[in-house]
Amino acid sequence: MKDYYLKNVATLLLDDNRCTSCGMCIEVCPRDVFKRNGKRVMIVDRDACMECGACMMNCPFSAVRVNAGVGCAYAVIKGAITGEEPNCCCSSSGKNTCC
Amino acid sequence: MDDSKSTLCSCCDERGQVESETCRKNEPVTFLFPMYKPEIHEEPQVVYKDNQQNPSIFLYDFVIDSIDTPSGRVPIVDTNLRFKDLIGSWKVRWGIGRMNYRVIPGIYGIGRPDETSPVFVTANYKMSFDRLRKALSGLNAWILVLDTEGINVWCAAGKGRFGTDEIIRQIEKTGLKKIVSHKVIIVPQLGATGVRAHEVKARTGFKVIYGPVRADDIKIFLAEGMKAKPYMRSVSFGFVDRIVLIPMELVQSLKYIAIFFVIAFALHLTGIIEITFSHIYPFIGAVIAGCVVVPAILPWLPGRAFSLKGWILGFLWAVAVIIMNGSLNRLKVTDIFAILMLLPPISAFLSLNFTGASTYTSLSGVKKEMRIAIPAIITSVVIGLITGITGFFIRQ
Repeated sequence: MKDYYLKNVATLLLDDNRCTSCGMCIEVCPRDVFKRNGKRVMIVDRDACMECGACMMNCPFSAVRVNAGVGCAYAVIKGAITGEEPNCCCSSSGKNTCC
Repeated sequence: MDDSKSTLCSCCDERGQVESETCRKNEPVTFLFPMYKPEIHEEPQVVYKDNQQNPSIFLYDFVIDSIDTPSGRVPIVDTNLRFKDLIGSWKVRWGIGRMNYRVIPGIYGIGRPDETSPVFVTANYKMSFDRLRKALSGLNAWILVLDTEGINVWCAAGKGRFGTDEIIRQIEKTGLKKIVSHKVIIVPQLGATGVRAHEVKARTGFKVIYGPVRADDIKIFLAEGMKAKPYMRSVSFGFVDRIVLIPMELVQSLKYIAIFFVIAFALHLTGIIEITFSHIYPFIGAVIAGCVVVPAILPWLPGRAFSLKGWILGFLWAVAVIIMNGSLNRLKVTDIFAILMLLPPISAFLSLNFTGASTYTSLSGVKKEMRIAIPAIITSVVIGLITGITGFFIRQ
């Protein structure tokens, strides 16, 4: 079963002019957001996108744009307090034992 | 370069030129990539030194043997997890020593690996490493462990710690180029958030193939010629996936319970109000609803926003509390109102925090949810407190 979060919020965009339909985004997406429709690669399920940014990182043609980040309320709160971008605090070094 | 062992399309040469149209389908990544042409064509400029592994790597009890390679001695690890490993996993699920559960980065072997054996990349969080070595039982393979500061693949990739630069650093440091004759590394797909496959290829010559999300699928993945089937690509968040996260949610909520007990005890000591079990259990129930019940039954709760799911459950709990307490002693209207305003936002806030542990929430979505949920939670709690306190003094 595919779980869905809020509708119409994902910032994912695919630039058709840059896209060569190489399919790398289909390969790295953990949420089946992209599909090949004939020859073209398209976004078919934007609401499933969790903005992890894997597609943007691995697009050799810079055709994918997404405001990537962690969907973690704790990180957003912490980011708001420290004035930094919301970071997954799990990946902060050493002593920090949050989340 | 010898790519016979890899799935690299033979019709593309290393400069990334396309010789036939059919090639595009098979080898999508490397074709038409002029900006990296010189680097791909030439040998990478780094000097490959001998494997500079930490000598204490051989002292781990899961190291059962070693093998000599052109880049030095490499430890061979056991593919059976021992009781100690299982206890270790259990402990970190409860948050015990979770940030220090790591293995030394570097290269390890499975079985009797040789220069043709596949290379699997993972994080140095010991649970990630254990899962991988278990999944590779019966195979001959190499494991390249990145230094992710003891963080799992997904979380470390999100911050770039499991990333392009670290892969390149470990390839150089371990002298991987001399250990294997092929030019392929298999990176777990959840690492893709931090890795630019085309950049690794350009800077080291190693082609990144994204393996399945779950280590258990690795054998099928290899049998299929290093092709991940669609089901291996998607992230699930089923009942078991959620259940294993509950202990950690519970441990984190202990601080809220502790704060509550301190306040309740202080109030009790001042003699203003006599704190009884009927004051305490509603609060603990609301915490349990938010951090145990919500994760367990998440998909079956109505709504998409996590805080709404938590609020609904908290509301049901509040109604149950009113019925239970009401049967013991008469509740005033202000008491009922205060319970309805205080308990649901507690569950709502804790389930909002579960967004971080879930595998499908987006940053934009969480921000949108919080813009509505956080003011609503604060307002509700404030109104609840005012009502409760007012009701208390009116009664006096």
